[in-house]
Amino acid sequence: MADKILKQIKVKVWRQKGPKTKGKFETYIVNDISTGTSFLEMMDILNDNLIREGKEPIAFDHDCREGICGVCSLYVNGRPHGPDDDVTTCQLHMRKFKDGETITIEPYRSKAFPIIKDLIVERNAFDRILQAGGYISINTGGVPDGNAIPVSYDDAEAAMDAASCIGCGACVAACKNASAMLFVSAKVSHLARLPQGKVEAARRAKSMVAKMDELGFGNCTNTGACEAECPKGISISNIAKLNREYLCAKIKD
Amino acid sequence: MTKIKTHIPEGPLADKWTKHKADLKVVSPANKRKLDIIVVGTGLAGASAASSFAEMGYNVLNFCYQDSPRRAHSIAAQGGINAAKNYQNDNDSVYRLFYDTIKGGDYRSREANVFRLAEVSGSIIDQSVAQGVPFAREYGGLLANRSFGGVLVSRTFYARGQTGQQLLLGAYGSLNRQVASGQVKMYYRHEMLDLVMIDGKARGIIVRDLATGEIKRFGAHAVVLATGGYGNVFFLSTNAMGSNGSAVWQAYKKGAYMSNPAFVQIHPTCIPVHGDQQSKLTLMSESLRNDGRVWVPKDKDTVEKLRKGTVKASQVPEEDRDYYLERRYPSYGNLVPRDVASRAAKERCDAGFGVNETGKAVFLDFKDAINRLGRHVVEARYGNLFQMYEKITDVNPYEEPMMIYPAIHYTMGGLWVDYNMMTNIPGLYAIGEANFSDHGANRLGASALMQGLADGYFVIPYTIGDYLADEIQVPRIDTNHKAFEETESAIKAKLEKLKNTKGKTPVDYFHKELGRIMWDKVGMSRNEKELKEAVEEIKKLEKEFWADVRIPGDLNELNQEIEKALRLADFFEMGELMALDALERNESCGGHFREESKTEEGEALRDDKNGAYVSAWEYKGEDADPEMNVEKLEFEFVTPTQRSYK
Ligand SMILES: Cc1cc2nc3c(=O)[nH]c(=O)nc-3n(C[C@H](O)[C@H](O)[C@H](O)COP(=O)(O)OP(=O)(O)OC[C@H]3O[C@@H](n4cnc5c(N)ncnc54)[C@H](O)[C@@H]3O)c2cc1C
Ligand code: SF4
Ligand code: FES
Repeated sequence: MADKILKQIKVKVWRQKGPKTKGKFETYIVNDISTGTSFLEMMDILNDNLIREGKEPIAFDHDCREGICGVCSLYVNGRPHGPDDDVTTCQLHMRKFKDGETITIEPYRSKAFPIIKDLIVERNAFDRILQAGGYISINTGGVPDGNAIPVSYDDAEAAMDAASCIGCGACVAACKNASAMLFVSAKVSHLARLPQGKVEAARRAKSMVAKMDELGFGNCTNTGACEAECPKGISISNIAKLNREYLCAKIKD
Repeated sequence: MTKIKTHIPEGPLADKWTKHKADLKVVSPANKRKLDIIVVGTGLAGASAASSFAEMGYNVLNFCYQDSPRRAHSIAAQGGINAAKNYQNDNDSVYRLFYDTIKGGDYRSREANVFRLAEVSGSIIDQSVAQGVPFAREYGGLLANRSFGGVLVSRTFYARGQTGQQLLLGAYGSLNRQVASGQVKMYYRHEMLDLVMIDGKARGIIVRDLATGEIKRFGAHAVVLATGGYGNVFFLSTNAMGSNGSAVWQAYKKGAYMSNPAFVQIHPTCIPVHGDQQSKLTLMSESLRNDGRVWVPKDKDTVEKLRKGTVKASQVPEEDRDYYLERRYPSYGNLVPRDVASRAAKERCDAGFGVNETGKAVFLDFKDAINRLGRHVVEARYGNLFQMYEKITDVNPYEEPMMIYPAIHYTMGGLWVDYNMMTNIPGLYAIGEANFSDHGANRLGASALMQGLADGYFVIPYTIGDYLADEIQVPRIDTNHKAFEETESAIKAKLEKLKNTKGKTPVDYFHKELGRIMWDKVGMSRNEKELKEAVEEIKKLEKEFWADVRIPGDLNELNQEIEKALRLADFFEMGELMALDALERNESCGGHFREESKTEEGEALRDDKNGAYVSAWEYKGEDADPEMNVEKLEFEFVTPTQRSYK
């Protein structure tokens, strides 16, 4: 419970000046870190040191720092979001590390997520998949009363489970094929489980899958790595649901 | 003569909006196609407005600083959204929601705006359901509700502890549909650095592409700011790291009035600061106070033992505990409003009863709830929050009470807007947390989500037409106009100046210092002497910043230090205005507590004779003092009373 002090840790970080330059690892030393410190606060401290030494700080994405915006995206010691279960990188704490340890930090590596700088990658491909159909096609106004569309308790819960995806991309980073199936299936099954979403379910599944293929994500070979690393516990059973929706759509064609 | 023109329609409260809508001008579909609207922000307010405009046929340019519109800070809202649906048959109504909101805001907001908010609240739920937002349901398939912060009815709709996330993903879906159709052009990782005005009207913005550092110009017939709150003036807050006040501040410096900047909400239940290395504070939802009991020890001896860790909180016997909220406020107990609960925690900690090493924490204890309801019920209600707490603190809240402390959470102040959501600059609008309009001096729980979506889905799509109807002859804005050139040069000069300061201290150092001044002197409890000191200290720190900040890297690349420096440069100025606004307001109201204005028992004392106003600060130039204009608040339909929670 009580916080301890890690006297020294080594941080081995991927440094890359820009999208087109070649990157390499650099190793830095950080001293006297409390185990109650979050991982990103440790990065802040390291950056503070670097700036004071006249060096360039390490660029990394972060915003909400409470596990919900999905922007933090590091690959820490070989795992997206690092060595703790069911958390994002920003929720990771230094008590998960040992004194004297070398921590390796890399950006997500996937063709569909090109590196912009250091640890920051471009994940706009996810937005583009959703633009292809990850919504219900209605305009503002002219909709029925909220209670005019009953939804069973179980369907609402299952939809909510799938809708909890934060779009972080850990599933893609964890997958040896760089497949986005878990992400796509989460949105498809969130909407397909609700009566409002069923209307265009077939069209949605088809166009989102087509967009995913077009953007260079790999095929799903059911390794399950995505589910294991997803910080929000998105279930791989959603992929089965997506496959069913997709198959139905194709049969109708 | 007052410069303030609210454009609130005459007539009975309940008819105002209907009548006003009938009087608003409308733009034909053919003309909408010729009109461009800039929307800055993709949170609930921005995304709902941008998608609604696009559906109507306007061309929309939408901006956010994150890498995706889905990551706007609205995503983090936990507890729920209010709406006067009366689905529970508990005698809720538009009037009751209006009344609760006006009273909760300690009678410092406009009746007409708040009534409209309550009036459109129901449509928000309908819209969100139709978008596929997976709200909590009863077994019969209908929508579930919970109660929230001090009100007497059950009107809060929720999606587990992720209501903001689900509402935002709904609005983001609608936005994506419009991006796909080409009606919205989405610019992510783009930060607005200034507003461009031509002939007194808002006509565009200057933006920095955060991925490349490129400075870009965008023109439009109207500009809508939906850029959220400025709570990060305090450095530590529950806001996202990038949340900022810069867009609002640039508008202010171009002549838009800034209202009630001193009105800041301090949330009582956040995880306490653990040390100097802290970057951000995490909220523990208000809903926890339904079942948790707040206490500190009665004697300092126990306090010492707790701090040293020689005794555990769970071992402190009942008779040694001071349940101070229940003691001071027997009728509301642990469910007093946020401002009251926050001040009471501070009072105990200042008196030396804080229970952690820093002396700035109180307990929130679930022991009785677990005994009464069983662990499984508590787990079903709060499981995700308990898990989050344990991940952060490494303490199991089922066994030991949580430690909590107040933290900066929300800003009620913001750009002054009229009934149409337009600032005093023609063509410049402000919606969501960025404006001042609906929450007075204190916002009720679950009302910010309601306001953001009300503004974006159901208010501004109507009101903006009234302005744009007169703009249909104006051709597409030419960004080669000299106003764009001048604004861009000024921005570039500012960037160069920061870059070339060649100091030695990182931006964060100054931001933390500013936060310390703000928290100590413009925070939960304020007085004239310290507010004046704060103004001086901020000025001094600001000077140091401009002389000694170090910005590594180049301007023409992704550079997070320059992003932070620009935001901080504005926070200094904002912080100063917040202190000035707090100085002007001699009364205590809502979240604003002036030590000079309290009852004998130490409770906040409002002064309706002198305090029933909205401040509207006007920028007068770099070296001049700003001028405070005043919008008098008239209460035609409700009678202000002193809030009492005894
Ligand atoms: C932890 C937490 C929990 C909360 N829980 C609740 C709750 O349960 N119920 C409730 O009603 N309210 C809650 N609130 C308050 C509520 O979430 C916010 O007030 C509301 O979401 C603000 O929405 P917005 O659209 O105005 O702004 P935001 O969601 O903050 O969006 C701001 C947008 O502006 C963009 N932006 C900002 N500056 C610039 C710039 N210079 N250039 C370009 N883009 C810019 C950002 O990228 C973002 O897209 C909570 C707040 C917090 C912090
Ligand atoms: S499915 Fe999980 S890992 Fe993949 S983007 Fe969503 S939350 Fe992240
Ligand atoms: S910073 Fe938002 S999820 Fe990590």
